[in-house]
Amino acid sequence: MTLSAPGPSRNLPQYGALIAVLLANWLLFPDFFAIRLQDGRLFGSLIDVLNRGAPVALLAIGMTMVIATRGVDLSVGAVMAISGAIAATMTGAGWSLPAVLAASLAAGLLCGLWNGLLVAVLRIQPIIATLILMVAGRGIAQLVTEGQIVTFTSPALAFIGSGSFLTVPMPVVLTIVALAVTALLVRATALGLMIEAVGVNRLSSAGAGVNTPVVLVAVYVWCGLCAAVAGLIVTADIRGADANNAGLWLELDAILAVVVGGTSLLGGRFGLVLSVVGALIIQAMNTGILLSGFKPEFNLIVKAGVLLVVLLLQSPTLTLFLPRPKGARPIGTVKPPVAPTSGGAKP
Amino acid sequence: MTASTAPPSAPLLAIRGLSKAFLGVQALDGVDFTLRHGEIHALLGENGAGKSTLIKTLTGVYQRDGGTVALEGREIAPRGVEEAQRLHIGTVYQEVNLLPNLSVAENLFLGRQPMRWGLVDRGAMRRRARAVLQPYGLSIDVTAPLGRFSVATQQIIAIARAVDMSAKVLILDEPTASLDAQEVAVLFKVMRTLRSRGIGIVFVTHFLDQVYEVCDSITVLRNGRLVGERRTAELPRLDLVAMMLGRELEAAAHRIDLGPAEVDSRPPLASFKGFGKARSVEPFDLDIRPGEVVALAGLLGSGRTETVRLVFGMDRADRGEATVDGRTIRLKGPRDAVRLGFGFCPEDRKKEGIVGELSVRENIILALQARQGWLKPIPRRRQEEIADRFIRLLDIRTPDAERPIQLLSGGNQQKALLARWLATEPRLLILDEPTRGIDVGAHAEIIRLIERLCADGMALLVVSSELEEIVAYSRRVVVLRDRRHVAELRGGEVSVERIVAAIASETPHAIASETPATGSGAEVRQ
Repeated sequence: MTLSAPGPSRNLPQYGALIAVLLANWLLFPDFFAIRLQDGRLFGSLIDVLNRGAPVALLAIGMTMVIATRGVDLSVGAVMAISGAIAATMTGAGWSLPAVLAASLAAGLLCGLWNGLLVAVLRIQPIIATLILMVAGRGIAQLVTEGQIVTFTSPALAFIGSGSFLTVPMPVVLTIVALAVTALLVRATALGLMIEAVGVNRLSSAGAGVNTPVVLVAVYVWCGLCAAVAGLIVTADIRGADANNAGLWLELDAILAVVVGGTSLLGGRFGLVLSVVGALIIQAMNTGILLSGFKPEFNLIVKAGVLLVVLLLQSPTLTLFLPRPKGARPIGTVKPPVAPTSGGAKP
Repeated sequence: MTASTAPPSAPLLAIRGLSKAFLGVQALDGVDFTLRHGEIHALLGENGAGKSTLIKTLTGVYQRDGGTVALEGREIAPRGVEEAQRLHIGTVYQEVNLLPNLSVAENLFLGRQPMRWGLVDRGAMRRRARAVLQPYGLSIDVTAPLGRFSVATQQIIAIARAVDMSAKVLILDEPTASLDAQEVAVLFKVMRTLRSRGIGIVFVTHFLDQVYEVCDSITVLRNGRLVGERRTAELPRLDLVAMMLGRELEAAAHRIDLGPAEVDSRPPLASFKGFGKARSVEPFDLDIRPGEVVALAGLLGSGRTETVRLVFGMDRADRGEATVDGRTIRLKGPRDAVRLGFGFCPEDRKKEGIVGELSVRENIILALQARQGWLKPIPRRRQEEIADRFIRLLDIRTPDAERPIQLLSGGNQQKALLARWLATEPRLLILDEPTRGIDVGAHAEIIRLIERLCADGMALLVVSSELEEIVAYSRRVVVLRDRRHVAELRGGEVSVERIVAAIASETPHAIASETPATGSGAEVRQ
């Protein structure tokens, strides 16, 4: 149990890919690594990657633990929309910042609780259970904004999106804090072990006395909270909430970031830092393609190509030829999917 | 082989010298099996006997390595289930292999729907479905989804489908495992009707009472070899059990005389009264005292595993009560049992025991950590101490404690699971087949360990198919048959012969004393 995944050679594909993408950006755009201080805030393409990558990185942090339990949370994009809608609407109505933040985070927590209960208690398959909120969540967000794009002018809330702390942009600060808190929560307690145990073998874990329902609810709640923070950042950044588009498809980027980071969709060992690295790889490519002046259409294709390479580097067939640390299971090893567990819903 | 009622011509099905190996393991070794027209033939055997391999070879799931299979004198070699069906061999499994979300009629005619103008003729299908089910006394809505009916009804529908596809040989693989008594009676009626129509039925079951109720002949396999074929009427139960377990009862097996059981007036650690679960195991009484080894003996499927799963809360009992230290307890799940100081090494290590991808260390400390709760992590140093101590103590063969447990051999995985529970210092440890699939060396070590644990005052509840093993370390043996606790042997009574006799006993016969002090006489529960 280390902060990231064990062994340096397992981390190699991720760090290697990040460095390669950054170098490619630098070749295309020699000023890529240039960083300047302006008005007490750092600016530059590299900072931009970190800043723009923050929402997906936050989602990936929560998603990592959900995936480690052999689940998935498709609702994070919708939860972002809900949290952003609540923040913008309440701010517009004149609520104070602490009340706005508390309400948004509480909404994320409730969403996570809902997902967790569906998965842990009713034993609905995670992909289906969270699909419900993925669909309904955007509707909820639209109800909150009454179908409008709600804008606000409060500098206090906007600070979360565009302010800075010790020259570092707030989204980056929040992501680092979330990463640190999450790592502390799972690695300084026994929660990390239990998440991994439940993900590898839920039956065995339950048989050993692990409170599997509580572990499952906990990871979905945490994932909901992370999504709420991401939603706050996006809303604060654009000073408005667009219930239709906020966080749209970001759940897929988050899942991708986790997978690129080497956490298997089959559950078990997880690496939080590597998931964030995965998110940064994705963002570095987005930024690089924008900077290069290629048509944005290329973005998706180049992105797919690079991801394919990263995933191939982790594939079991390829890693057969590479020295692999003990215990590292390459992704892509196909175990049969979990049998559909109908939650006692008998006809 | 006994002479049968002389068939008009060749037997319906004649298997001679059938062999099948998997990766060097001989699953079937020169097995003969004969099924005659209009016969219900029980195929019996314990774990690893080769029953399912025989059936799967017959139905084309596996291809045989050697031997001949002749259907009405004609050699056959089905290469798949469909071909087997065309050859008039139909199979119905315990888990009904039909589609629960389709209607009864669709299930009956799946793949052979009556067609009209290139479309499924639903009207004809419904009419024919009703006609097919009528002889079975089933007048049900054939348009309703199959899943809506009970398992028993589904099984009869599956049988009806197989027979309607002109089956001459019908294989029923543990069809009664999840049925209650009335449903079994209905199924038997159907089986007898089919027999009178000349169909040959191969009946796989673990229930000896059912064998004697409905079967004409019995073939027993053991370790992939044929033990023998007998007419049911000519085979006493005791001999049947001996055939299945491979005991030569004439030869006096060496018996370890433990002497009379000591007067055990100590209050039991755990006590179960009328504990049971419908369709799993009949209500039973069971007391377990500190420092004692109680063994559960019986044939496969007799309710041994079901009993220990109830005791540990893996399955929830729906009747009876449990007390620990005289206080009534609730056993809603394994967590309750762990809190009470119980531990459980399940039969299926891989599925319910190990957490494969995690390290030996993490597997060993998992139960202890779970009991402490996630907020109180065991420090890494302490984890390593615990793991290293048990690796030394139990001689777990692993390069180091960080190796994923799935890479260890079966015996070492089992020892690591034992370590998981020993680390919690349990008061009652439950072991389900602790020596299954383990090499000889590790086997002996685990037996020694069991003896040492019980000397240390821990109570043990052990399920094992190895009767010698049970006799070697148990002072008390509960014998199960057909999901019922039928006898309890104590002290000097514990012997292989007595256990076999109790398993074979037809109607439980009480032999005298209830007093444990004398240590003689079997206490019989019904």
